[in-house]
Amino acid sequence: MAASISDRIGWRPAARDGLRRLVPLAALVGIVLTIVLLAGMGDIVLQRRVIFCLIHVVAVVGLYIFMGNSGVMNFSSAGFMAVGAYTSALLTMAPGMKSTFLPDLPAWLAAAHLSPLWGALAGGVMAGLMALVIGIPIMRLSGIGAAIATLSLMFICYIVLGNWTALTGGQQSLMGLPSYVGLWTAGLTAMVAIAVAFVYQETRGALALRGSREDEVAARGSGVRIVRERLAAFVVSGFVTGIAGVLYGHFLGTLRVESFYLDLTFLLVTMLVVGGMRSLAGAVIGAIGISILTELLRLVEVGFVLPGTSWSIATPPGLGDVALAAAMLLIILFRPQGLTGGHEIELPRSKTSTSGLATTSGNTGTANV
Amino acid sequence: MIDPAQILIDAVSVGGLYALTALGIGLIFSVMRLANFAHAELVTVAAYMLFAFSGSPVAVAILVAIAAAVLLALATERIAFRPLRGADSATLLISSFAVSMFLQKLLVFLVGSRPKALDPLPALSRTVSIGSLQVSALKLVTIVVCLTLLAALTAFLKWTRFGLQMRASAENFTMSRLLGVRANAVIAIAFGLSGLLAAVVAVLFAAQSGFVQPRFGVQIVIIAFVATVIGGLGNLFGAAVGGFFVGVVTILLQAFLPAELRPFREAFLFVIVIAILLFRPQGLFPARNLKERV
Repeated sequence: MAASISDRIGWRPAARDGLRRLVPLAALVGIVLTIVLLAGMGDIVLQRRVIFCLIHVVAVVGLYIFMGNSGVMNFSSAGFMAVGAYTSALLTMAPGMKSTFLPDLPAWLAAAHLSPLWGALAGGVMAGLMALVIGIPIMRLSGIGAAIATLSLMFICYIVLGNWTALTGGQQSLMGLPSYVGLWTAGLTAMVAIAVAFVYQETRGALALRGSREDEVAARGSGVRIVRERLAAFVVSGFVTGIAGVLYGHFLGTLRVESFYLDLTFLLVTMLVVGGMRSLAGAVIGAIGISILTELLRLVEVGFVLPGTSWSIATPPGLGDVALAAAMLLIILFRPQGLTGGHEIELPRSKTSTSGLATTSGNTGTANV
Repeated sequence: MIDPAQILIDAVSVGGLYALTALGIGLIFSVMRLANFAHAELVTVAAYMLFAFSGSPVAVAILVAIAAAVLLALATERIAFRPLRGADSATLLISSFAVSMFLQKLLVFLVGSRPKALDPLPALSRTVSIGSLQVSALKLVTIVVCLTLLAALTAFLKWTRFGLQMRASAENFTMSRLLGVRANAVIAIAFGLSGLLAAVVAVLFAAQSGFVQPRFGVQIVIIAFVATVIGGLGNLFGAAVGGFFVGVVTILLQAFLPAELRPFREAFLFVIVIAILLFRPQGLFPARNLKERV
């Protein structure tokens, strides 16, 4: 009897608790590590695809930190990625390159030449600062208001960066970024990002924030300071998303403002929603799943021969994008909680242990009851 | 020196298009709390129909465009939005995002992403002089069409049976259903009307821009979103006023902003949106009963 009550309220004896709490984190880090190790054996083309996928993992985890825990829509990721990418680019590019492509830079910026690590941190911090400054006013908004405010923020970033020619090169590509991002850089960053998100979601503040996600009024009544908790999540989210932008720039070696617009926004939100926006596992699995789907569709577009037969299959170009959007739509219609349904990856629940309920994860009762 | 009357005509003709688009979005938001991003593709598809039927008489092309937009609006409602009725507005918004992307990619797949030139209203490409003013006929027609449609829509909402039902649903959906309003019929009419408005916008906007591509509707719908938020989501009068307001602000920024800041003028528009959301989260003309009671 006692066991069933403790089961129901999610109370667990501390001794059994310790390591089990880390299972969701270990599982996700394990998945990423496996992918990196497997890709390490593949050819360079495969490796580049995997790096791209890992960068998306970082970005979607960044998006999840705010949107998953708070339940508030956020369509501004692409803007944060752009800010991170351009900050790091301007600080790490060789001065000679900068004087060629951006002759009108202020002198101190033209001379700046930081190491990749400091440049990356600066990119993340810049995005985090932007989240702080803009978050202070807009974290009061919920629902459709928040969606439109963050969408507006993304447009503002796009318009400002796209027209600030002295700083970004405007509509032209910015070339000559040191491209230092390889398989392990991307893989390790993804693992760190997952760890940051996990540690954050185990904090008291994140728990309070998830409370406000389930019932804003009740959470406020229980003393949760919603705006403050949301702001904390938004800043951490901005930092991680900015880092994703840094990786993006230093992987491709060139930047275009056009890349950080509606298509990217839609892709990141799709990845999170398809995976399940209420759990970290959803963010990671969504990013990896959609990346794999995109790759398969690309293969089909190029055309391939069915193994064991002489039939070759090739679809007209452009069909892949259509299928991707259709997949997104179908998931929303038929599995609105996403592939993971808002669960973290946990050990199967045994009769003696009561910790199978995913209370450490993003989901509390309402979704499943 | 810029003539104030010229600016006024520009502002009203641009604002009219935004107002019609904002009304199409507002109609649907008021009955089912869906901020329909896919409205953009209704405009785009209607414009492609104009292109496809550019050999036919103008009236035929316009009728085909209207029919296509209305049918597409009804189809998206039936397939994508009806199963989600009652879901929270964020889920609905993401779903409309997905519909929009799906249709956009489908258009790229079917017709390619290269712009196609079209001129749906060749008769209007001349200028008319009113007193000392040289005004393009197209702008005048745009203003007349917008004002007429606004008046017609107002009359429909005020004096017809369906208009009454629609206003009742906007006020309190559950209550109006209890009183015998058929939800499916009202929502279908709202989508049909928004398709009609989208097609009209497509005709006028295509005549102005002279080409169509798969993202044709996106820009105008984004601005119209801004207009509905400024006017007050869920309030049709507010949406129309918001549309004209945005038109006036755009033209004024265009005319009076220093040249080096002019490329950023739309950024100012979005800053205004965020400011309005902060200080008047329900917009300038708040809809009644939008705030959920606890």
